[in-house]
Amino acid sequence: MGKYSKILFDPILNNNPIALGVLGICSALAVTSKMETSVVMSLAVIFVLAFSNLSISLIRNHVPTNIRIIVEMTIIASLVIIADEVIKAYLPEISKQLSVYVGLIITNCIIMGRAEAYALQNPPWKSFLDGVGNGLGYTFILIAVAFVRELFGSGKIMGFSIFHLKTEGGWYSPNGMLLTPASAFFLIGFIIWIIRTFRKEQVEEA
Amino acid sequence: MSNDSIGKTILVALAVCVIWSLLVSTAAITLKPIQDQNKKIEKMKNIIAVGGLMDVDKDIEDIYKGHIDSRIVDLETGKYLPKDKQVGLLNPEVYNIKKVAKDPELGKLIPRNKDRARIRRMPKFVPVYFVKKDEKVSRIIFPVYGSGLWSTMYGFIALDRDLNTIKGFTFYEHGETPGLGGEVDNPQWKALWKGKLAFDENNRLRIEVIKGKVDILKLESKYQVDGLSGSTLTTNGVNNLVRFWLGEDGFAMFIQELRRGGFDGKVQ
Amino acid sequence: MLEHYISLFVKSIFVENIALALFLGMCTFLAVSKRVETATGLGIAVVVVQAITVPVNNLIFHNLLKEGSLGWLGLGKVDLTFLRLITFIGVIAAMVHILEMILDKFFPKLYNALGIFLPLITVNCAILGGALFMVQFEYDFVESVIFGFGSGIGWALAIIALAGIRERLKYSNVPEGLRGLGITFIMVGLMAMAFMIFSGIQL
Repeated sequence: MGKYSKILFDPILNNNPIALGVLGICSALAVTSKMETSVVMSLAVIFVLAFSNLSISLIRNHVPTNIRIIVEMTIIASLVIIADEVIKAYLPEISKQLSVYVGLIITNCIIMGRAEAYALQNPPWKSFLDGVGNGLGYTFILIAVAFVRELFGSGKIMGFSIFHLKTEGGWYSPNGMLLTPASAFFLIGFIIWIIRTFRKEQVEEA
Repeated sequence: MSNDSIGKTILVALAVCVIWSLLVSTAAITLKPIQDQNKKIEKMKNIIAVGGLMDVDKDIEDIYKGHIDSRIVDLETGKYLPKDKQVGLLNPEVYNIKKVAKDPELGKLIPRNKDRARIRRMPKFVPVYFVKKDEKVSRIIFPVYGSGLWSTMYGFIALDRDLNTIKGFTFYEHGETPGLGGEVDNPQWKALWKGKLAFDENNRLRIEVIKGKVDILKLESKYQVDGLSGSTLTTNGVNNLVRFWLGEDGFAMFIQELRRGGFDGKVQ
Repeated sequence: MLEHYISLFVKSIFVENIALALFLGMCTFLAVSKRVETATGLGIAVVVVQAITVPVNNLIFHNLLKEGSLGWLGLGKVDLTFLRLITFIGVIAAMVHILEMILDKFFPKLYNALGIFLPLITVNCAILGGALFMVQFEYDFVESVIFGFGSGIGWALAIIALAGIRERLKYSNVPEGLRGLGITFIMVGLMAMAFMIFSGIQL
């Protein structure tokens, strides 16, 4: 079982797709001003990543090399459409806030990257876990950024007031800069710094 | 058969296409009714909220059907559009203000010097919503929209049956900076609109959103609403769009008609 | 009318810069911005592809996918908008491929310079994002040409600027853990804040 849990948990700190591989950042910036949207976005990515890995792994021995990419693309795009339609149907409010960023999961390089690098060589079950694991790595960064941005930017967590805002008669005057997407860059930069302070092997040559 | 033979290539391509197109279409078709319903409910919810009818225990569709009566108004004449013309895009049930404004027939270009709300095009025919309580019209809701800082803001403004006192104001769609211009969603700010007067005794349009706080000791404070701190451009946008839509290029003709003729028998 | 188009053009380059205000195409933005030369090549490739695919996708969306657009087939009620994601990505992949072949055949020099970047562009979310925003903002055909061209230029501008800064950064002593990726993120954050000054500009 240790082998499987390694596949699942390695991508969170040791091999994080965002912090180490610069993959799939676009959405990480645009949707993290609130926890709620980040959670939904993360779930969508985990879903697409896990099932695209699974399906590609299932047919890995039958895919002709010359149409490999387009087959992968079709599978990923279909899964994203399904995720998008489900979110639109059951979470209409959040879907409005996520706007086009759910659709952009298609071009999230984590997904294509894992399909190419892992699912094409490994059996279905392992690929599925690898998908969930990398999805969790993505989730970790997204939630960490969203937590800071929502807590200090609007004094709330998941929409519940934590700090009582001045505009509502409380004491906390929110840091508006955290609500602008630019702040997400700083936060991700700092997260990378923290991870690399403890995991020296990830430090890049200048 | 080798993986790279033409036969296998076509076979795999076909199989992938068939399987996934089935999955995607099934998902899309089964979820479509729910999505359409969401859209409908959301619009009703906004109208109900600004009409002061919100009741969490009741079904939104029921409240809407029981209390809201919508009619399409021809902005130029200020008269109702005959029922037989309220079809297609102009059916009040499916009316979409963006689509109608873009339509070459049903929308029109606003001359640049008159375009206070900075929307370029506007519909010629716009729905108004009458809120009925005990068989009497208690409020009228007007759709309004205009540019803020980043985005076009879409909302509703509700007037009392005296056609002057503002009863509610809300935006249902905007993309203003959260925490700054996005505070147009703040219930406390929206509450500031309640009880303000849109027009003075001579029926001149007076309502405005000012920069900073309203001085309640001043006489004109009954026509003024606080601006949003830290977002001058959104504040200006709100001011302009309200004054545009309640002004002569917006609902002025219609409001004049109502003042003269009262609420017509059918709605009353 | 012309004023409107110029305003849209400027808006899509600066105010709604696709990289620094809408945060699209970040993966390649961060990965291929180490040298000005490569950044310029990729930037030009994005301008070309964006200026072609956004209008093409606009035509396809308005004539095939949008609700009621199949009226000429007698299928007035059919709504295929849910297929837009897969259609757009297909169109983008196909256009990039065609462009590659044309360049290879007729402009071999240009192909040598840009060729390696073209495959990268298919998975660049700036391109797909451009098409999706085109639908969301409800641009018509002419507007989509301008938006596509402008947003491509905006992206190119941003990546060339970033590459310029990164080239200079070689000479500074960055804390160990921040080297490379970390400091790049923080720099892009500062650039994004700088671009915020354009917000609210109306022409």
